Amino acid sequence: MTLDTGPRTRLGTRPRTRSRTGPRPTPRSRRRAAPGGRLRGGGLSTFVFALPLLVIFGVFSWLPIGRALVMSFQKTNLLTSTWVGLDNFRAVLEDPLLMTAIVNTSWFALLALVLGYPVPLIAAVLMSEVRRRKGLYSALAYLPVVVPPVVAVLLWRFFYDARPEGVFNSLLGGIGIGPVPWLQSPTWAMPSLVLEATWAAAGGTMIIYLAALTGVPPELYDAAEVDGASIWRKVFHVTLPHLRGVLLITLILQIIGTSQVFLEPYLFTDGGPADATLTVLLLIYRYAFGQSLGADYGKATALSLMLALFLALLSLVYLRVTRRWSTT
Amino acid sequence: MTTTDVPPAFSGAEAAPGAAPAELAAAPGASTAGRPPRNGRRRRAPASEEQRTAVSPQDWRRPRVRFSLTATHLVLLALLVVWGIGPIVLLAKFAVTPTQDILRTPLALFPHGIAWGNLAAAWNDVRISHYFLNSVVVAFGAWVCQIVVATTGGYLLSVLRPRYATALNTAVLATLFVPAVVLLVPLYLTVLRPPAGPSLLNTYWAVWLPAGASAFNVVLVTRFFDSLPREIFEAARVDGAGPFRLFWSIVLPMSKPILGVVSVFAVIASWKDFLWPLLVLPNPDLQPLSVRLPALQATTDLGVLMAALAISTIIPVLVFVVCQRLFLRGAGLGGAIKG
Repeated sequence: MTLDTGPRTRLGTRPRTRSRTGPRPTPRSRRRAAPGGRLRGGGLSTFVFALPLLVIFGVFSWLPIGRALVMSFQKTNLLTSTWVGLDNFRAVLEDPLLMTAIVNTSWFALLALVLGYPVPLIAAVLMSEVRRRKGLYSALAYLPVVVPPVVAVLLWRFFYDARPEGVFNSLLGGIGIGPVPWLQSPTWAMPSLVLEATWAAAGGTMIIYLAALTGVPPELYDAAEVDGASIWRKVFHVTLPHLRGVLLITLILQIIGTSQVFLEPYLFTDGGPADATLTVLLLIYRYAFGQSLGADYGKATALSLMLALFLALLSLVYLRVTRRWSTT
Repeated sequence: MTTTDVPPAFSGAEAAPGAAPAELAAAPGASTAGRPPRNGRRRRAPASEEQRTAVSPQDWRRPRVRFSLTATHLVLLALLVVWGIGPIVLLAKFAVTPTQDILRTPLALFPHGIAWGNLAAAWNDVRISHYFLNSVVVAFGAWVCQIVVATTGGYLLSVLRPRYATALNTAVLATLFVPAVVLLVPLYLTVLRPPAGPSLLNTYWAVWLPAGASAFNVVLVTRFFDSLPREIFEAARVDGAGPFRLFWSIVLPMSKPILGVVSVFAVIASWKDFLWPLLVLPNPDLQPLSVRLPALQATTDLGVLMAALAISTIIPVLVFVVCQRLFLRGAGLGGAIKG
């Protein structure tokens, strides 16, 4: 199971669709209904092919999902489970750390938007104008995405060395700033985490924008040129409006991703200093697997369901947007 | 040439001289393949790969535009170099720098020589080789599991299509909208005490099998199978091929592109994964690199740790450099197959 699933790959599908098949993609149902498409393979062999999917999804996806719903209303200690009604939810909501976690996670999400949202967009629009070695540009931008996240965090942890000799501090010292305490101060810890997370993720978003940019209908540029539009006007009135849909989708996906942030706060600071980087997922982890709290599976599941509900609402928006966007 | 010829030819004839050299030069450098003929673009071929952007070839011929854009691109390239390879180059440098130098002067260029010993110490003494092998085993198993589930599932949902296919498809799709957080605890308990058989804790099955339950893979492969021509299946069936033969000899060989994509994503995702293997493989001897590295940092000499980090970065970066096209076009992939 990966917490870092590939929304970026799922996402980029749309723009390509447009460039290949024009503004209106062929509805799947038409292909589905093609005559003679059905191949009756007989009961047994069909079942053999169904088996891996049924077993793997059954045991490792559908069963745990159902179990999550049940467990949130139970007190579980591995051997026995007792129904406790809404006690788990009540306990979570009464936990003073919950508010801290929510505020921290929102702060992370907000900072990630401010830092990470415009950068890939500007870079992608500029890169789409590159005429030579475009591949080199996108490869460079994407390289941080392939560095294993654990390695990135451990490396950046060293970059964030708070001594004046630290990598970032000596760079900043060169222009007369610092030394910045980075991960050791409650104020700076979260921005430091966001900076690393942005470095690690921006390339993926940029590739999505680059793909979307290939889908801008050339007629629009031609029309704008006939009307005597300047380059800036073309960017603002043709390019960016065309990216509106993708921009909204990456926005929602980024919020979904950042509300589940775990690796950075866990490895950089373990929630500290003074709970300044305690996020919702880290709290869930502590409920279930932490040293001091630990093994409170009901509470952990209750909190993850609440988070999931919030994410589901976002996904609903996402779905509505993509649907509207792909049909218009 | 008569004036009547000019309007239709205008866009092509006007643009071509200015555009031609730049495009010819761009062709070998660009990573995209299957470029359509150049003049097709000027005729606004809809499937054109060479895209039209805000800056037209006419704009490019204006010296001011040309100068400022080229300058911007150079600045962008410089920033991207710092952004993309800066930290990786630093990591590579640290990997062969004595610990004292890393701590005192991290940015100086080898003031007290190169410590090649870091790499050997990491590989042998800290047993990175062992954890590296664990990572490979974990990634390989996860890959096999994902490929098996995705191809058989896709074949079932796209080609065999039994009566329950629609319901099954919905059930698979629905899991796409369940965030991984929800699964964390119940999946852990399932692995701890599966419905049948012994506990999977501290076995690689605990990582491999849940990796197979990737709805994204199944959707991707199903869509690809949907796009294969049904006539071929019909022909194979007329020639007497059963469902297994059709799967093995017709569908799979035709699906190499999509299987390549699923494979690369599977391997990279497995190499990156941290939280799940951390939970289900508490035994250090079984842990993959990503889980072991954070545990090592407290007890390991900094130079050796950096060498270990560098070693675990090599494989994904190499895979990326070799399969660059797959990655960079992966973003537009699902759509390229069928929207």
